[in-house]
Amino acid sequence: MLTLLLLGCFALPAAAEPSAARQQELIHLVRQDCGSCHGMTLQGGLGPALLPATLADKPAEGLVATIIGGRPGTPMPPWHRFLAEDEAQWIVAKLMAGFPQ
Amino acid sequence: MRRAVQSLLLGLVALLLAACVGAPLRGTGDLGLVIERASGHVTLVNTSSRSAYARIGGLGDLSHASVVYSRDARYAFIFGRDGGLSKVDLLEARMVKRIIQSGNAIGGSISQDGRIVVAQNYTPGGIKAFDADTLELLSEVPAEYAPGRFSKVVGLADVPGNKFAYALFDGGEIWVSDFSDPKRPVTQRYPAGQQPYDGLVTPNGRHYLAGLFGEDGIALLDLWQPELGARKILEKYGRGEEKLPVFKMPHLRGWSVAAGRAWLPAIGRHEVLVADAATWQETGRVAVKGQPVFVMASPDGRQIWVNFAFPDNGWVQVIDTLSGKVVQTLQPGKAVLHMEFTPRGEAVWISARDDNRVLIYDTRSFRQLGSLAADAPSGIFFSSRAARIGF
Repeated sequence: MLTLLLLGCFALPAAAEPSAARQQELIHLVRQDCGSCHGMTLQGGLGPALLPATLADKPAEGLVATIIGGRPGTPMPPWHRFLAEDEAQWIVAKLMAGFPQ
Repeated sequence: MRRAVQSLLLGLVALLLAACVGAPLRGTGDLGLVIERASGHVTLVNTSSRSAYARIGGLGDLSHASVVYSRDARYAFIFGRDGGLSKVDLLEARMVKRIIQSGNAIGGSISQDGRIVVAQNYTPGGIKAFDADTLELLSEVPAEYAPGRFSKVVGLADVPGNKFAYALFDGGEIWVSDFSDPKRPVTQRYPAGQQPYDGLVTPNGRHYLAGLFGEDGIALLDLWQPELGARKILEKYGRGEEKLPVFKMPHLRGWSVAAGRAWLPAIGRHEVLVADAATWQETGRVAVKGQPVFVMASPDGRQIWVNFAFPDNGWVQVIDTLSGKVVQTLQPGKAVLHMEFTPRGEAVWISARDDNRVLIYDTRSFRQLGSLAADAPSGIFFSSRAARIGF
């Protein structure tokens, strides 16, 4: 059980936090541009909801991979042109905790 | 100083007089509203004076909000993402009624006779019909395309006969529901193709087109001969080439027919597709700056204005329908989300979300005529939509 918990905590390699200015850009990108499918309040639209409750049972690495590489067969595009992997990790961590306004 | 006091007094007297006689009678033909998506407000605007005259709040989550107008062009029905349906009086500049009709909505439409307002919903998937006067629920059509499976509904458009056409994103079908008896709608189903993402009805109300995301092509249903079923046009326009990632779904509405041709966004390509509106054969393509989101014909059909998905959403291009060429490229502002022509098309209003501004351009000279402040503006909707089929 403890191992599982530890795994949960350390599943993501510790990444450098984006700068404060970049964090603002990422928040804007998620709310506005991801929001065009997932909803500005992230409660879902053509794409699924991205709220802590809906993401709780999903592994963070999988979510990061979806952001970076997209999801074939669905409208979810890959965002690697605009996001570095550690930025996607930061976004996933924030989504799972409750995304800032 | 004395003069200043004098003019102030005069102004006060004028105000008092105006208050006594009440607001002068006026029509609504030059009025409209701008959605302020982030703050749940709408700004009411006048296209003759090119100014805002009121602002109304408390409208909930207005990301992806859309608006239809009552038949008398006095009331705006605003469909919010959160399932809110609000009725706003343009003349008295106030909210008349507001209901929460679903968990997650995407837009709506109003019937030919103006009596029924219909909302299209993602959750629960389906459409719901409301009395346009009272917003009382009349009936609903769940989008249950297979036992226990419900689809998100897209592309709802009113069509003649108090019917509504719409497409099922998950179900891959076009449905047409007849609300002749508003409490007992009758629905016909037509297989359409993979993942329809939006739809439109041509301005004469005859053809319903559903853009497909899951395959290259557009599904076309002739509403004058629905028994023939939906067929595909512009099939395989990508011809096996790899699609670009799509960072925003294009939007279809009935403006895209002009000069005898339909002008449609290509999915995952920097192109506008052109088809003959009689034969529906492809007649050409126009290379543009990015992936088109809105491809909108001016009221006279001479120009097509195009805006683009992220990351090219700072650009707007204008296609001349006679030459089929891009004749103007503009940079109105950051994150251009929507464009709306004045009723006869001398000007176009453009929302630039990240600049918090609405820009007004002359459609002949492409000169900027003015601008208005708005908080993260998205959709712009003028009352002239009241008289159009498919809106």
